[in-house]
Amino acid sequence: MTELFKKAMRRRTVLGGAAAMAGTLSMPSILRAQDRSLKVGVYGGYFKDSFDANIFPVFTEETGIAVESVAEPTGEAWLVQLEQAARAGRAPADVSMMAQTPTRRGMTTDLWAPLDPARISNFDDLLPTFVAEYPDGRLAGVGAVAWYITLVTNTETYPEAPESWMALWDEANADKLGLLALVSNSFLLEVTAKTHMGGTNALDTEEGQLAAFEKLAELKPNVRLWYRDEAQFEQALKSGEIPMGQYYHDVTGLAAADGHPVRSTFPKEGGILDSGNWCLSRASEKSDEAHVFIDFMSRPETQGMLSRKVGTAPTLARSVLDLTEEEFSAVSSEIDPIVPRYDLYMEKGDWLNQKWTELIVG
Amino acid sequence: MRREPPRSAADYAPIVFPGVMLLVFFVIPFSIMFAVSFFRRNPAGFYSPDFVFDNYARFLTPFFGTVLGFSLLLAILVAIICVAVSVPFTVLLARASRRAQTLWLVALLSVLSLSEVIIGFSWSTLLSRTAGITNLFVAIGLMEEPRALLPGFGAVLTGMVYQALPYTILILYPAIVRLDPTLMEAARTLGASPVRAFFNVVVPAMRNTIVATLIMVFVFALGSYLLPQILGRPRHWTLSVLITDQAILQSNMPFAAAMAVFLVLISLALVGLTVMAGGRRDAS
Repeated sequence: MTELFKKAMRRRTVLGGAAAMAGTLSMPSILRAQDRSLKVGVYGGYFKDSFDANIFPVFTEETGIAVESVAEPTGEAWLVQLEQAARAGRAPADVSMMAQTPTRRGMTTDLWAPLDPARISNFDDLLPTFVAEYPDGRLAGVGAVAWYITLVTNTETYPEAPESWMALWDEANADKLGLLALVSNSFLLEVTAKTHMGGTNALDTEEGQLAAFEKLAELKPNVRLWYRDEAQFEQALKSGEIPMGQYYHDVTGLAAADGHPVRSTFPKEGGILDSGNWCLSRASEKSDEAHVFIDFMSRPETQGMLSRKVGTAPTLARSVLDLTEEEFSAVSSEIDPIVPRYDLYMEKGDWLNQKWTELIVG
Repeated sequence: MRREPPRSAADYAPIVFPGVMLLVFFVIPFSIMFAVSFFRRNPAGFYSPDFVFDNYARFLTPFFGTVLGFSLLLAILVAIICVAVSVPFTVLLARASRRAQTLWLVALLSVLSLSEVIIGFSWSTLLSRTAGITNLFVAIGLMEEPRALLPGFGAVLTGMVYQALPYTILILYPAIVRLDPTLMEAARTLGASPVRAFFNVVVPAMRNTIVATLIMVFVFALGSYLLPQILGRPRHWTLSVLITDQAILQSNMPFAAAMAVFLVLISLALVGLTVMAGGRRDAS
């Protein structure tokens, strides 16, 4: 049962929210009698455990800044808490790992204290996707880690790996898929556009978006489970109950390494590249420590360590990394990724959400 | 024991504590939610204090009407099934030996200690193709090959009835234990069969308890949001699931609040109707 709870608590999950709240009140995990400290918010569960075990101790040893890690629930829920706390002049975490859409939402209320690029030594090596700027050019967030959502299959049910996202539409896969339940975390509109409509630019117009919805409606009979909670799908994938779907590349890799009959495939249209930023709350008084932290996290060695230990994709250009070919392909792919249209979720989030809900519920 | 109407302020003292609790943990949060439901949603950010009806307008569509209707029907069905199963069970339980009663009640209480998450995951395993009960049926030759019994309406209903049944029995138990056993004896002496005596004597004598239990189970089932997600298809998602989506995943507090206010009002109205119907029958 503890195993079950651990899984139910993984990063990006919803069910972990309440427990993560409790986590914010609980004791700091790495806090020694040091003068300088920093509260860092990371997704509760697997991410937080990996960071606590592998990354934060190295940072503390090198810089003398103690890290108090705070388990955060989903980005959206954490954003609301950070914003309300900031209005009261408090910061439940100084630096938080925020998904892209919450990062942008936070900008609308100036929640993020501007960062100084000059104090981040590898700033110029960051891939453009991993720099979040205010409209006036101030730096709001720096890429923390990236992860891929790919096409996953149970190897016993599917001896051959599928090659394309087209498999989701294949009639042979009726009632066999597990897909994420929300428009803003499944990014299936982007997948549809890239697979059937020539690219995510097809979503620029409302006609394009409606066409993508229409195409998406065709795969509904194939879907057995629309999941919000990762544990729900992961279990079913391992047992072969639901043998195909979209899932996180890193966790699937870990499950395969543990001997479960699962595999993650980068389809020829590309995996979905999602990521989190480090953002500093405007209520924080630890700007110096935060810059040291972000500088440390953006170094090639640290990004390499993250890829090896946590299984995330690096935020820096491939050329500056010390990852071997094998290590790189374990966490990423040279295939051009599907980059989510975060701008759409900012502009028309409610409309897309409504259409999506009507599509899958109706 | 004689009950006297309270005369001095001190006589009201025992209800001060529950009153304050009710105010702090129910009235104030509900008022805040009510206020937020009129706030203006900023799609790119949060929400700002205002007085607009947009959130209610968005709710008043056939789509949400269907979801609301399904949620209400599901809760009513769960309540009826639970009460239909629990009343005969509790009547039998009340006649059992002291020791058997204790054992049953302890077992029921231990089911209550399970969280919705555990119940949901257990049932999803139990009803699955790979590890579920159909494998047992195959083993004893009842079925050709194992198959999945979920997701579906049956699975949702089973899970929710399982979760609500202990509550139902524990609400009914005190009333049924206190039921005068001579009523049944009199009915039997006058020639009624046990079944007839149960329906013509026990059920009418218990009518108020049964109505109250129906209402409590209905309200309890209405709030369920995890089991429909784990055991059902999207069309079995209740309004509570959509409220959670809006509040937690879309940061759309005003809309979530408006839906919640609507749900509370509708269920209050239904409860009111039930009570009124009961009262009228009493008068006639």
